[in-house]
Amino acid sequence: MGVGILASRAIRPASRLLRSQPSNLFLRTIVSKPELQSPEAAAVSQPEPPKNQILPPRNPVGGARVHFTNPEDAIEVFVDGYAVKVPKGFTVLQACEVAGVDIPRFCYHSRLSIAGNCRMCLVEVEKSPKPVASCAMPALPGMKIKTDTPIAKKAREGVMEFLLMNHPLDCPICDQGGECDLQDQSMAFGSDRGRFTEMKRSVVDKNLGPLVKTVMTRCIQCTRCVRFASEVAGVQDLGMLGRGSGEEIGTYVEKLMTSELSGNVIDICPVGALTSKPFAFKARNWELKGTETIDVSDAVGSNIRVDSRGPEVMRIIPRLNEDINEEWISDKTRFSYDGLKRQRLSDPMIRDSDGRFKAVSWRDALAVVGDIIHQVKSDEIVGIAGQLSDAESMMVLKDFVNRMGSDNVWCEGTAVGVDADLRYSYLMNSSISGLENADLFLLVGTQPRVEAAMVNARICKTVRASNAKVAYIGPPADFNYDCKHLGTGPDTLKEIAEGRHPFCSALKNAKNPAIIVGAGLFNRTDKDAILSAVESIAQANNVVRPDWNGLNYLLLYAAQAAALDLGLIQQSAKALESAKFVYLMGADDVDVDKIPKDAFVVYQGHHGDKAVYRANVILPASAFTEKEGTYENTEGFTQQTVPAVPTVGDARDDWKIVRALSEVSGVNLPYNSIEGVRSRIKSVAPNLVHTDEREPAAFGPSLKPECKETMSTTPFKPVVENFYMTNAITRASKIMAQCSAVLLKK
Amino acid sequence: MLGRLAAKRLLEIRQVFRQSPSQASRSFSTALNYHLDSPDNKPDLPWEFSEANKSKVKEILSYYPSNYKQSAVIPLLDLAQQQHGGWLPVSAMNAVAKVIEVAPIRVYEVATFYSMFNRAKVGKYHLLVCGTTPCMIRGSRDIESALLDHLGVKRGEVTKDGLFSVGEMECMGCCVNAPMITVADYSNGSEGYTYNYFEDVTPEKVVEIVEKLRKGEKPPSFNGLRVAYPHGTQNPKRIKCGPEGGNKTLLGEPKPPQFRDLDAC
Repeated sequence: MGVGILASRAIRPASRLLRSQPSNLFLRTIVSKPELQSPEAAAVSQPEPPKNQILPPRNPVGGARVHFTNPEDAIEVFVDGYAVKVPKGFTVLQACEVAGVDIPRFCYHSRLSIAGNCRMCLVEVEKSPKPVASCAMPALPGMKIKTDTPIAKKAREGVMEFLLMNHPLDCPICDQGGECDLQDQSMAFGSDRGRFTEMKRSVVDKNLGPLVKTVMTRCIQCTRCVRFASEVAGVQDLGMLGRGSGEEIGTYVEKLMTSELSGNVIDICPVGALTSKPFAFKARNWELKGTETIDVSDAVGSNIRVDSRGPEVMRIIPRLNEDINEEWISDKTRFSYDGLKRQRLSDPMIRDSDGRFKAVSWRDALAVVGDIIHQVKSDEIVGIAGQLSDAESMMVLKDFVNRMGSDNVWCEGTAVGVDADLRYSYLMNSSISGLENADLFLLVGTQPRVEAAMVNARICKTVRASNAKVAYIGPPADFNYDCKHLGTGPDTLKEIAEGRHPFCSALKNAKNPAIIVGAGLFNRTDKDAILSAVESIAQANNVVRPDWNGLNYLLLYAAQAAALDLGLIQQSAKALESAKFVYLMGADDVDVDKIPKDAFVVYQGHHGDKAVYRANVILPASAFTEKEGTYENTEGFTQQTVPAVPTVGDARDDWKIVRALSEVSGVNLPYNSIEGVRSRIKSVAPNLVHTDEREPAAFGPSLKPECKETMSTTPFKPVVENFYMTNAITRASKIMAQCSAVLLKK
Repeated sequence: MLGRLAAKRLLEIRQVFRQSPSQASRSFSTALNYHLDSPDNKPDLPWEFSEANKSKVKEILSYYPSNYKQSAVIPLLDLAQQQHGGWLPVSAMNAVAKVIEVAPIRVYEVATFYSMFNRAKVGKYHLLVCGTTPCMIRGSRDIESALLDHLGVKRGEVTKDGLFSVGEMECMGCCVNAPMITVADYSNGSEGYTYNYFEDVTPEKVVEIVEKLRKGEKPPSFNGLRVAYPHGTQNPKRIKCGPEGGNKTLLGEPKPPQFRDLDAC
C-alpha cells in the first residue's frame, strides 16, 4: 500500500466538510468495465466487422521479398481475414510478416534458432484452445490467424507485465533508451500499470571484455546472445545458468568474449543488458544522424551506418545486406571509430632543414612538391596507394604518375608480378553469399577469421547449416568451426595437386567445392607456382563450372580489388629502391627502410601513422567517413562511401589533392569534378561505376598459360598478426589497443 | 502524521530485509550462478575420474546413443560429485565436458540448473531436510533448526571438522512418515556413496543420528549391511509406512475383480 492512499485515508476525516467534493480528487479508483474482465466479454462488446469486406492489399513487413523454394508447396493461411500464400515450413510469425503484420517478439530473431521462451509473439489461432507462440508454430494450410483480437492483446499485456516485473527502473541511465525493444513494445502492446509490489531481483554484472558492457539485472532472459554466440559466432561461451527467476546469462567462469563478432550481441540484445562499452553514456540515439556507408577496415565492404553527432562519429552500426554481411559486422569495424579522432593530420606540413615539420599553406606545399617532381627522372617517380584508398583517388594517382612518365604506381599488398589481366585471379568468384552453397572448403594460406571476419561468419553459417567440411593449409590457427588442418605449406598443396593426398577423394566427391586462397600468398616469390597448383586442383576437381565457380581469392585490403581493376600493379621489384620521389597515398605498410635516404617522400593521408615519419611533405587527406569514394570488395561488388562528418582541419579529398598537384606540376589532368573522375574510371574499369552491383569475372582459369616454376618449401605465414590493428585508423584507436592487449589469444 | 506513516512503512520495508536466522536465504542451491576461484576450486586444477570410475563412465555412456553423448551429462556429473566428496569443482565439470564432447558452458548450465549438484564444498555427511508442505506442517522447521543449532552452522555451511552440512530438499515422497531427513554419505567416494532416508524423525532423534554418524557408525549401504540403526522410519512402533500398532486396514486378501480372471494372463 502506498503512502499516498494511507495519507488520503488519514486526510479524509479532516475534509468532512468538503465531503460534497467528488471523491475522485483524493482517491484514484480503478473503474472496471465488463470488457476488461475477460477477453470473451471484450469480444462480445466489440462490433462485428462487416462480412464480405474487400480488404486492401498488403505488403510484407519491411518490404521483404518472399522466396518460394518450391512454388507447388505453397500453402494458404488467413491472417486477420487476409489470405496469404506462404512457402511450406513457414512459421505463423513469418506468415504474419508476409501479410504485413508485425508481431511483437523478444526472443525470436530471423537469423537464430527458435527459442520460444519470451511468449510475446502469442496470437490467437482459430480452433486452438490457447494462444499460440507464433514464432515456433508452423503455419498449416487453412489456418486462421488472428493477431488483433482481445485474447491476443490480453496475452501481450500479460507477458509484458511479467517481463517488466523484475526489470529495473533503469531507463534514464540505460544506453538502450530510445532504441529499446522493451520500451517500444510496452508502449505499443503493454498496459499502463503494473501490480508488482515485491522486491525485484538483481543479478551480478559479468565481465565480458572491453567491448561489451553488461548490466545483467536488465536481462529478460531471451537467450538471443547465447544462441548468437553458439550459432553465428561459433564460440560456445555464454549460457543460461540457474533456473527460474534467478536465471543468469553468463560464462560461469570469468571468460572474456574474444570472438571477433562479439560486438553484435549489442545489437541483438533487446534490452540494455548488453551494450557497447565504448559508447556507454555518450549519446542518445535520437541525437545521432545516421549515414549509410561502407566499412573499409577489410576487403569485405560491410554495410554500416555511421551515427554522428555534429563533427564526431559516435558509433558504427551494421546495415542489412544479405549478400555481404547480413546483419553483422566485426569488432574492428564496429569499434575502431575512435581512431578517427586521434593522430589526425590537419594541415599541410613541410619538413624543415632541422628535421622538424612546419605547417604551411596548401599553396606552398603543392608548389614545393610540384617543383621537386620535375627535378627527378621519370622512372624514379613512385606512387603507392594505401589500403584505404578509394577508386577515384587511385585513378587520379595513376593518371598523374603516368603523365609524369613513370609506370611505378601500385597499391599496398600487391607484390611484383601480380597478374591483374584476368579478374577471376583476384576476386572471390563464388561471391560471399554463394559460399553458402559450398559443401567443401579448402582454405589455402588464409585465416578468414582475422582477414575477413564476415566471410568467416558465412563459412561458419554454411558449416552449421549443411554440415560442410573445411580443410585448411597454413600455420596453426584457431577456427570457430571444425576444420581439418592438412598441412602448413606448399608441399601439402603439391600433394593435393598431384592427387597423392587423402583429401583428394573428399574433393572429388564434393558437389560444390570451394577453394579460398589468401591474398597473403601474392607476396611470395613462388606465387606463380602456388597459384598454378591451386588452379590445377580446381580444374581436376570440377571446381570451376558454368553453374558454380568455387575458385576464390580473399583479398586483404579494401583498396586492393579496385586497384587491381584499375591496373595499379607493381612492375619492377627495384622500383622503390631506386626511387627519388615517392608519393605515399595513405600507404603505411610500405617498408620505410627500403626507401633510399635521399628520396623525397610525400605522404598524403589522414593519420600520422608509420610512414609519416619518413615523409618530407605531408598533405592531409580525409578519412573514409568524410569522403565520397568508391570501393570494390573482394567479391567484385562496387559500393560507395558517403561522407558522414566534415573532415578535420584543412584536409581535402585524396583525388582533389592529386588533381591540384597535377595542375601545379603542369600536367593538368582532364577532369575537375568527381563525375569527371568517374567517367575516366568508366573507360578503364566500367564495373567501378556501377555501384551496388557485382560484376563477376568474365573468363576462367583455362586462359592462363602453364607455369614452369617450382614451389619453395617455406610454410605459409600468417598475414594478419594482430586482428585489431591492421590499418592506420585501427592503430590510432584506443579501443583497439585495449582489445589487442586484453582479448588476443596469447 | 505523514511522517509517522512513512516511518511505519520504512519499518515494514526494513523487516523484509531483516530476516530471522532460520529463514535466512531460503535458497536451495548451495552456491552462486557464477564461479569464484578459491584454492581448491580453480579451472586449472587437474581433475579426472578415478580408475574404477572410468569403467563406470564407459558403462554410463553405453546407455545412450553414440551420437548423443551429451545425454549422459547428468549421471556423469553425479558420479563426479560422488567421487569428489559431495561437490563439483569447476575442473570436474570441465572433465565431464571433455568426456561427452560438448563445450564446458553446456555442462555448467546443467550443473547450475539442478540444486542437487553442489558446486561448493559440503560436509562428508550432507544432511538434507525435506521442507515441503506435508513435512513442514509436521514440524520440519523444528528439525532443521535443531540440526543447525546442534551443529552450529547456517544452511549451506560446513562444520569445522568437515563432517556435516545441512541443506533443504524438496519433497522426497515420504509424506506419510513426515518429517524426514536424508543423509547423503560422501565419506567413501563413489564406491561407498549411499543416500538414505531417515523418516519420522524428531529433533532429538535427528541429533542422535548426527552423533552416531560422527562416531563413525555408517548408515547402511545399498546391499543391506546389518548396522546398529536402520534407515527408514525411526519410529519403532511403525513398520515402514504403516500406522503405529500395526495395520488397521488391508488385513486380508483384497476382493478380486468381479469380471476379470486374473489367473488367465
